[in-house]
Parts: sequence; C-alpha cells; structure tokens
Amino acid sequence: MTDTPKFTQSRRQFLAGAAVATGAAATGKLVHAQAASPDPAITELQPWQQYLGPGVDNAPYGVPSPHEAHVIRRNVEWLTADTVSSINFTPLHELEGIITPNGLCFERHHSGVADIPWADHRLMINGLVDTPMVFTMDDLMRFPRENRTYFLECAANTGMEWRGAQLNGVQFTHGMIHNVVYTGVPLRLLLEEAGVQTNGTWLLAEGADASGMTRSIPMEKALDDCLVATHMNGERLRAEQGYPVRLVVPGWEGNMWVKWLRRIEVGDMPWHHREETSKYTDLLADGQARRFTWEMDAKSVITNPSPQAPITHGPGPTVLTGVAWSGRGTIPRVDVTLDGGINWHRARMSGPSLDKSMHRFYFEFEWDGRPLLLQSRAHDSTGYVQPTKDQLRAVRGVNSIYHNNGIQTWAINEGGQAENVEVG
Amino acid sequence: MSKSVNMMKSLTLSTAILALSAGLALADDPAPSRDGGFGLGRAALPEEIAAWDIDIRPDGQGLPVGSGDVYTGEELYIDYCSACHGDFGEAVGRWPVLAGGYGTLDGDDPHKTIGSYWPYLSTVWDYVHRAMPYGAAQSLSDDEVYAITAYLLYLNDMVDDDFELSNENFLEVPLRNEDAFFMDDRATTELTVFSGEPCMENCAESVSITANAMVLNVTPETAVEAVAPTPASAPVEEEAAVEEPAATEAVAEAEAPAGPDPALVAQGEGLWRQCASCHQIGEGAVNRTGPMLNATYGAPVGSHDGFRYSPAFAEANAAGMIWDDETLTAYLMDPRGFLPGNRMAFRGLRSEEEAAAMIAYMRAEGGDAE
Repeated sequence: MTDTPKFTQSRRQFLAGAAVATGAAATGKLVHAQAASPDPAITELQPWQQYLGPGVDNAPYGVPSPHEAHVIRRNVEWLTADTVSSINFTPLHELEGIITPNGLCFERHHSGVADIPWADHRLMINGLVDTPMVFTMDDLMRFPRENRTYFLECAANTGMEWRGAQLNGVQFTHGMIHNVVYTGVPLRLLLEEAGVQTNGTWLLAEGADASGMTRSIPMEKALDDCLVATHMNGERLRAEQGYPVRLVVPGWEGNMWVKWLRRIEVGDMPWHHREETSKYTDLLADGQARRFTWEMDAKSVITNPSPQAPITHGPGPTVLTGVAWSGRGTIPRVDVTLDGGINWHRARMSGPSLDKSMHRFYFEFEWDGRPLLLQSRAHDSTGYVQPTKDQLRAVRGVNSIYHNNGIQTWAINEGGQAENVEVG
Repeated sequence: MSKSVNMMKSLTLSTAILALSAGLALADDPAPSRDGGFGLGRAALPEEIAAWDIDIRPDGQGLPVGSGDVYTGEELYIDYCSACHGDFGEAVGRWPVLAGGYGTLDGDDPHKTIGSYWPYLSTVWDYVHRAMPYGAAQSLSDDEVYAITAYLLYLNDMVDDDFELSNENFLEVPLRNEDAFFMDDRATTELTVFSGEPCMENCAESVSITANAMVLNVTPETAVEAVAPTPASAPVEEEAAVEEPAATEAVAEAEAPAGPDPALVAQGEGLWRQCASCHQIGEGAVNRTGPMLNATYGAPVGSHDGFRYSPAFAEANAAGMIWDDETLTAYLMDPRGFLPGNRMAFRGLRSEEEAAAMIAYMRAEGGDAE
C-alpha cells in the first residue's frame, strides 16, 4: 500500500501534493462539483422558516437537539449480570474537543446510583487524625476550591480486547473514559483541618452507596492533587457521577475516584479491600499479580473514522480525529499511520493541553478510496510512547483485564466502513 | 505537612511554566491553606465513628467480637447468597464465582475465586459485611458474617465442616494466594522499555490483518445506527450490512387502572427502587435474583414458573396462601418474620402506608393475576 497524500500541513507540502493531484489543481483552482438541479432544501420554503418555534422555558433545563437522539451512552448486556452492577460507555465517536458532556460521561456502579439529598450528606474524616471531623456539604463549600480538568478512565477500559479484536466500535473498546472540569476542595485542606498524625501514611476513601465502595490511597497522592469535588463542567455532580461529592484522583484508575464520598479514614497501612485485591489487580501470565497499579498509561484512539463512524463521503479530503491522554502528564505528540504502521505522520494537536487531561488530535488527508489500516500512537510528557498490543502482551500475557493501553487498529475498506482488527 | 505543601507548590509552578511556554494562559493559583485550619465542620462523635467505621484490615484491625460455624453459614448462604453465587460458589450466570479455580491462574482460563486468588480473609469478611447480601447491604449480624465467611472457607476446601471462625482464630487462616501479589513494577519493567523515539518510516515490510472483531459478532447492534445518512455522492452501496436504526422505543408507560390513587402509585414507584435490583415487573419482566412480579396479586404464593422458591415459599404455596392486601402487607413489612426461612434479602418496608403504596404500584404495573 502506498502512502496517501495528506493535505496542507505546510505550504510546501501543499504545493508538492497539488502537483500530483488533478491538472486543475496545478493552476491553484479547484474544480467543485456541479448540481444537476436546484436543491429543494434551498428552493422550497421549509417549515422552520415559516412557523414559530417553541418559546423560552420550553425546556427549562435544555436537552440536546432531537436530531442527536442516537448520541447516548450504551451498555454491552452480556458483559455483566445486571445493570445495577455494570458499566456503560461514552460515545467517543460522536464527540469533539476535549470535554465530555455531563450526560454522556460513562457510568460504572457497583450497587446502582445512590440518591442522596445535598442536605443529608456528611463527609467524615477519622482514623489517625488529631480531631475526627464531620463536614456537611455547606461546610465543604466554605473551603477554598480549585478548578481542574482531568480525564477519568476505568482501569478496565479496552479490557475486552486482550485476547484479540472483539468489540466493533470505539464506544465499546475505549468508551470507559470521560474528561471533565471539576470544581472541588483540595483533599489536603480537609486533612489539614483534621490534623494528620505523623504515622498517617495511607487513607481509605469510602462511598455512601450500598456497595460501600472502598479504596486505599497513599497519603502522598492525597496531599498532592486529589480533590473533593462537588461540581462537574460547572454544575453540581450528576447523581450517577457521585452527587453530592466524589473524590478526584488525577491520572489514576477510575475505581479510586470514590463516588458519594462519605468517609476518609487515615491509617498506617493499606486496607487490601475487595476492589484492590479480587478486582483491579493485574494477573500476569505466570500467575503472579501486580497490585496498586494506580497510574493510567498513555493511550490514544482514533474516534473518526471508526466502526460506528465510517467514511460516508467517498474519496477526497478526509478528516481523521481522535483523543489521547496520560496519567503521568500531558500529550505533546500523537503519531498516526494509514497503512498499519509502516509509515507514521505527526498528527495536529488542537485545544488545551492540560496535565492528566484528554487531548484532541487531527490528521487531514486525501483519501484515494483504497483500504486503510488506521492507528494512533500517543507520546506523553515523560517520553513514554504508547506500545502495540503485542508489546504489552509480551510483558503481561492476556489475563490481566486491566490497563490495556495498546495501539488500536481500524481497518477501512473501499466503501469507507471501519472494523476493529489487529495487524501483524 | 509543610514539606509536602512546598513540594505541591513547586509542582504547580512547573506546570504553570510549561503551560506558558506552550502559549496557554492557565490561571493556576492553588487553594491556600490556613494556619490552624478554617474552623469549619465539627468534631465527630464516638457513636458516629462507630456507626460508619466498619472497615477490616488484614492485620485484624476492625474485626468485632463474634463467631460463626460452617453449618450455620451454609444455611445463611443458601438463603442469601446462592441465588446469585450458586449452591457451591460456582455462580449463576455472570455473577462472581466464589470457590474453586486452584491452580488455574497461570493457565488460559484463570478462575479468580476466594480460594484461588484473594490474598486476605479480612477482605471477605469486610466485603460481605459492607455490601452483601446484594440489595440489603449491612443487614447481616456480625456472627452471621463470621458464619458465612466460615462456609466460604469450607466451599474452598480450606477448613473442615466442623470449623468455627471467630475474631480469636481469624488470623490463623491465611488464604492460598497471598504471596502471589507484588507492588506495581511498571516503572522498571515497562516505562523505559516503551520510551524513546519510535520508527516513523518504512517500519515494516508489510502489514496484514490477523484478527477481526466482526467475526465474533458480539457488539450491540445499535452500535452502527449512526451510519444512517447516505450522501448523494457516496460511491459505494455494497457493504450495505448497516442495520436500520433500531427505533428507540419509548418505554411503554403502563396505563394505570381506573382504581388506584395516582399519588399512592407514584409513592410506590419511589419505593420500588429498593426492589428493582432483584425483581422486575411490567412488560418483558423476567425472573432475576427474585421472581418477576407480574400477575402476583391474587395468585398463590410462590407460583411463578421457572423460579426456584425457598422451602418456606413452597410450604406456603402448598398451604394455599394467596397474595392479597393482608398477606402482601404483612410480608412486605416483615419478610423474615412473616415467612421464616424465605430467601428475600430485604428488611421490610417501614409502615402500612408504604406497603399500600407498594401494592398500588405493583397492581398498576401489571401485578394483578388474571
């Protein structure tokens, strides 16, 4: 497969590319398509041009356009026994930019969504502290707070792909992630209020839901950048994201971001609870298992085109886009390939580049209508480069479920349809 | 504490400098500490800490005084756990498997159970106590949790059938797989290996597809409905395997019969959340952890096909008990007292008013027998 020319990365590339394109382009003039007959969308009076639409307050809390009704979170029913302890997936192929709308942030619950009134919630800090404390939500709103944008990725994101290409859609292979602006109180300030004793080296975060979700977190992380968050993207947390308060543990696996946070206990060793022993430990090929694999490795994926978002326009100018993120910093660079990894190109980064936040990349190219093998490869600010799935398997085997950040391949056929494949 | 605060400041500073060099204005002043604290919140009372601080550690910290034996645990397990986890911990459907799997962790099909994978018994006690039975968390007594934990050890061939577990001997029962866990070592085994400038040109002779997702056909079909629009210029119509958009059917609202008070039904709908993790009702309802509840009002107790009822329900059925206002109210308010030995893990509604609301909701949703 020869490389497909990309368009205007620079003036020089543009001129060189134009020379091999059409004759007309060589003169700098593009020949546009001609319509055979007038477009009725223009020539006929449309109802919205003539009749009045709904007034203000028709939807006091606005909802997406009815023409976007297909843009929803989706569940894979066979994955779990029951939706009450299950997961659904963010429709990454329908989104742009870096911020996930609140209603599309994937959900993962262990005992369903807890319904807790703001006034009835309490946050307790106990254990190895000078003064065990209780805070109401109104108390929390009197502490200084910060605004920070972070991705939250479930450690099991892409976990169904360890043994090979399985789910045919970026929503399902990579949709256990969202990226949100959080407003919250630094956990450090609450710990200072209670007074952590010198032997307090770990803490246990506990949720108020019926699973009583618990995770052990080292004190160093708690004092560094954890937030006790009340707001997401400017409004109070959605119930399914932990209303009224959740823990934000930047760059670390989503399971630790305890929702409906009711208690922080300070201790001198980890608790080894269910979600950090039976689950969220990474079983290797030799039967040994890694524990406390907190950081999310750098990862990227092409969201368009992808199996749920095929190329529908035929050959010609084509926009490829995707997202990348790292639990260890920013993403200064993403490479993409159209031929399964024989030749790579630097993608164009666009939008805010924030620490432990999602990044958006683009690669515009001239599709010639031939099959493509699309991949993206993230580089993070530590110099780490996203590995191939086979590189990961060489280290970890195929039984670890969690932390699969291998390079994803989409095969595009002549018709523009995309499929989840692996290459070798 | 001041040391870590300083470290935090320098980290924040370097982030800000990086952001500036990228041409990005980032307002990033950290929220300030206050000497001596802010004086917000209040001291927690001992009773409050006791109510919430229920966590157990591997060293036994947090374990309450108590005990329970394998026989008692078996009875409790059959009543509260087996509907999901199976009579022998083998699990029903995709619920977690609790027993067996020894020696499978390094094979192609590892079974991660309490016996094969979990490192600490304290995790079992803590989790059963805080989160089980499913849908009725924290309803078991301490002694009941000891008994169920003892039975789980028995199911995993780790104790004999006359074993009694207590806070006294708890630390004498190590699990098999404790030593197989080690601290995340990616920093040495992966980060350096996966760093460096990668190949950009002519990185392989050729590339071919080695695996396809479509062969498996396990993706929800609605995944492709976004493909709908076909532009006039689209050159290719083959591969028309694109499914028509599955009509997003609005959930059919059950029409309430003329009789029931809408406010009562609405109250019942709110209460139903307590039931919904185990029971379904309405169109398409099926048996899950608990039986589906269509056509229940007016029908004999324990009469839905395909559901494995407890002996208590089977006896009530044989005795000709019918679900009516009286029996349903009594059962919903005190499930364990009304039919001792039944398997429903629910403490009960709090009042006759709640029971009336629940019955009204169930009847409105199709709960009446023909």
